[in-house]
Amino acid sequence: MTSVVWIIPLLPLAAFAAVTFWGARLPGRGAYVSIAAIVLAAIGGLAVLAQVTGGARADLTYTWVAAGGRPIVVGFIVDPLSAVMLAMVGCVASLITIYSVGYMAGDPHYPRFFAYLSLFQFSMLFLVLADNLLFIYAGWELVGLCSYLLIGFWFDRPAAARAALKAFIVTRVGDFSMMIGILMLYLRTGSLRFDDVFHALGTGALGGTFLTVAALLVFGGAVGKSAQVPLHVWLPDAMEGPTPVSALIHAATMVAAGVYLVARAYPLFLLSPDHEALTIVAWVGGITALLAATLAIVEDDLKRVLAYSTMSQLGYMMLGLGVLGYSAGMFHLLTHAVFKALLFLAAGSIIHAVATNDMKRMGGLARAMPITFWTFVAATLALTGIPPFAGFFSKDAILLAAYAHDRVLWVLGLAGAFLTSLYMGRLCWYAFAGDFRGGAVPGAAHGDGAAHRAAGPHESPAVMTVPLVILAVLAVGLGWIGAAAFGDPFGRLIRFAGLEAPAGNGGALALSVAAAAAGWAAAGALYRWRIVAPETLRRDLGALYTLLVRKYYVDDVYDWVFVRAGAGAVWIAGAIDRYVIDGLVNAAGWLAARLGLGLRYAQSGREETYLLLAALGVVVIVLARLAW
Amino acid sequence: MTGVLSLVLWLPAAGALVLLAVPRERVAALRVTALAVALLDLAAAVAAGAWIDPARAGTLQLVERVPWIPSIGISYHLGADGLSLPLVVLTALLVVLCVAYSWRVETRVKDYMILLLLLHTGLIGVFLAQDLFLFYVFWEVSLVPMYFLIGIWGGPRRGYAAMKFFLYTLAGSLAMLLAILVVYLHATPRTFDLVELVARRPLAQNLPLAVLAFWGFFLGFGVKVPLFPFHTWLPDAYAEAPTAGSVLLAGVLSKLGAYGFIRIVLPLLPDAFRQFAGLTAVLAVIGAVYGGFVALAQTDFKRMIAYSSVGHLGYVMLGVAAAAAAGGGAALGDAAGKALTGATLQMLAHGIITGALFLVAGVLADGQARTGNLTEFGGLWARVPVLSGVAVLAMLASLGLPGLMGFVAEFLIFLGAYQVFPALTVLALVGVVLTVAYFLWAIYRLFFGPLNARWAALPDLDGRERWVLAPLCGVMVVVGMYPGPLVAMINAAVTNILGLVR
Repeated sequence: MTSVVWIIPLLPLAAFAAVTFWGARLPGRGAYVSIAAIVLAAIGGLAVLAQVTGGARADLTYTWVAAGGRPIVVGFIVDPLSAVMLAMVGCVASLITIYSVGYMAGDPHYPRFFAYLSLFQFSMLFLVLADNLLFIYAGWELVGLCSYLLIGFWFDRPAAARAALKAFIVTRVGDFSMMIGILMLYLRTGSLRFDDVFHALGTGALGGTFLTVAALLVFGGAVGKSAQVPLHVWLPDAMEGPTPVSALIHAATMVAAGVYLVARAYPLFLLSPDHEALTIVAWVGGITALLAATLAIVEDDLKRVLAYSTMSQLGYMMLGLGVLGYSAGMFHLLTHAVFKALLFLAAGSIIHAVATNDMKRMGGLARAMPITFWTFVAATLALTGIPPFAGFFSKDAILLAAYAHDRVLWVLGLAGAFLTSLYMGRLCWYAFAGDFRGGAVPGAAHGDGAAHRAAGPHESPAVMTVPLVILAVLAVGLGWIGAAAFGDPFGRLIRFAGLEAPAGNGGALALSVAAAAAGWAAAGALYRWRIVAPETLRRDLGALYTLLVRKYYVDDVYDWVFVRAGAGAVWIAGAIDRYVIDGLVNAAGWLAARLGLGLRYAQSGREETYLLLAALGVVVIVLARLAW
Repeated sequence: MTGVLSLVLWLPAAGALVLLAVPRERVAALRVTALAVALLDLAAAVAAGAWIDPARAGTLQLVERVPWIPSIGISYHLGADGLSLPLVVLTALLVVLCVAYSWRVETRVKDYMILLLLLHTGLIGVFLAQDLFLFYVFWEVSLVPMYFLIGIWGGPRRGYAAMKFFLYTLAGSLAMLLAILVVYLHATPRTFDLVELVARRPLAQNLPLAVLAFWGFFLGFGVKVPLFPFHTWLPDAYAEAPTAGSVLLAGVLSKLGAYGFIRIVLPLLPDAFRQFAGLTAVLAVIGAVYGGFVALAQTDFKRMIAYSSVGHLGYVMLGVAAAAAAGGGAALGDAAGKALTGATLQMLAHGIITGALFLVAGVLADGQARTGNLTEFGGLWARVPVLSGVAVLAMLASLGLPGLMGFVAEFLIFLGAYQVFPALTVLALVGVVLTVAYFLWAIYRLFFGPLNARWAALPDLDGRERWVLAPLCGVMVVVGMYPGPLVAMINAAVTNILGLVR
């Protein structure tokens, strides 16, 4: 399998082509083709993972183009890092694609949805297999495109169309930085392959401040893609896309690509002088982990809460990588992919049933939708880091690494863990407890769950609940592959030579569990037992509440600085072109015409004749001046 | 197989002669004949491509050389290499598509088709001529039919646009003629033969005169590209020209200038060009960034594409300038090769992509929509999915999406140019972000949002329009995914040219 690993991404690409051109005429209106392709790709990914666990490695290189002195060599790499991602993306994407059959049923653009999903799957698998910056960048842009197309899938909704535009442009700012980083690395190393770039670190061709700057510019791409502060503003809006898209692209895979990139390019960050680049990665991650969690507390839109949660968890992964917890960060990427995909799919199941995203209009769903409820709870426990669910092992590993590296960052992480339990507890009690509070606002736009608005809350069909159950089993059990008690098989597979995980620390462990438990207790006190009413808190902490609701005014600042000021600059540029530069040209023309008017009585004829005469005159003068 | 280049060159002109004999009112016969001629010419161009030995794509092949006016050293000298041949094929392809698209032209069909075919010969001639006099003749020949195409079949402000285009380019041509004469008069023996001139490089020892000649060429080619600040004829001409005219203006005429820089200035006046490469790069980058800003300000679809062309041709010239600046040093040989290969590929990519964009804009403006005002559209995707899909594909290709043709070109330019002009290249990348912004905004205004009820009956692309756009889409995707062979061919040619520079 490893020597033909390029087949894996090609399968969904073929499905994309088929569904695009024949769409509705294919089995399942194209859905079955997409599913077959991604399931085969997942099987391939698992086979590769099995082989890699057994020690297989491969690096398949090709010449992309031969231009200039050095041909550009690119290739696909099979190593533990890519194999784990391959298997994860394949499996999660398979389940989500199957789920979509139920979720998207009845949508007028049903085949187009599956075509986009297949294109995305191709792009993501391609990105994961890249052994070079060119393919990473190519996959990076393509997943960004798919994200754009799928956020804007219901393009006739203005909010969706705007969100798509915003997502593409904001992430493209990050890609701009990444491209400069790539150009810098190529300048010094003459290659785009990671191997060659890392080799240059050893020879001294790459190092010093130059390396730090280049690494951070590359990281800029990751900041955009993984919605880290300050390029995080697109992700909450991206929830305008259909919920399976949020699960696949904006939770499990694409947004994690930034973390994967840092892991893939890890030596660049690690070997920058004094770990400077790595330290910045850690701080960006830590700050995002905490800030995003604070925003989730005041959000009423179910999916947006999960979006902030994703941002926050991606922050944890960056934090983990930044504090030398290489395998901890990647482990969290894996477990998060599972439980966050599950949370979104379960949320989709809810939205499908109640036709609203507003958790305050839900309630009582535990009884109406038991499978959705129990799987959601399993994922929530995993997210909040309650032992022995999956997230406990991975988040704890990150916090342990932070504790060993930098206590301030550890405190940020700990505070984030507390808030995670608080906002998830709030969400659970609003959505599932009490009585149903009415669901959709009548007359709301079509979209998620549109086909089912008429009925009351009800459990979703099996095509949706079976993927939920499979993911729930993983959310419960997957953590053990990183448990020290079992010898930490994940950590032995995904490790960075020279970095060993810090020894277990009972005190730190107890504190992180305590923080999570305290968050749950606080949520219970506020939303279940109402020891303090949330309304009272909101009134008493009015300024803070407003600050959070306005998302720290970041969107407003960007609007003023970039959108409005940008529009002004654009207007000025347009005016300059029309009136100044073209004005000068026309003034010259006018002057010439005036002169011509004066002369017109001396001659008769057409403009062309004049020009011809002028041309001949020049020729004569030049010949005269130069020849003699 | 000598003679095939002459065939490619003169077939359209011969077709124009044939059309002269067809009565004016036999519109169908006129159209079919023109299309047949264009198709035959495309076949001949492709055949010429098949004859060329890719392993030797760096040297001129299929050469034809016959003395024309021997007393002053003018010869009929044609030749093709990896630089000119793809441009010839591009021209032939676009003319075929333009003729097919122009089925809807109803006024003065005979004149229209004759002018189109004459333009065709002029354009091919510029790319094949290896004699400066011949080059100049074809350069001027290509100017006249376009003037009439804009002036007669153009939009409401066609008279203004045509005259502006004509005066601008004529002024540039005169400067170029002066430069040609300077070179000619200092060659011993006197000759206009480009190959001989490049081999002898008459002005190598006389830098002030070389600089003078450089500025002559610079004005001539710079206006044609166009380089900032000589670009203001472009939006008027592009927007007012009939659709086929816009396609050929953007697709081919804008390549003449950059081609001239690469084919003539770079090998003939390397030292002078190197001296002003920095300035050229600055103007190119201003064009890239400023073009992006002004494109964002446009509300007319065609004008937006026109300014986007200013930006994209800025990348081309950045690549050319980087190659000119780097040409001297062996250390930067890789940079020069990548930048120049990228620039050439960008010329082709821009021809294909912008050609497709103008055709889409034409379908809207010439067809039932009768407008190109972006603010009047909205939600078209739901109504015309094929047109929307093609337009979005072309816009994505234009904004440099990997997997499509434009990306390969831009990436090579940036990879090469960054090694020579790092700061300017970073600025040019700002232009890429702007490109993303204006195209996505155009997509948003055209295709997203609720469907404007005015367009509830807008027809999608018809069969002929699909056939016209399909080849362009195919090339975008195929070259984007598998650029190797085309890049190798171009690289061989530019390596040879850069070898001459050194």
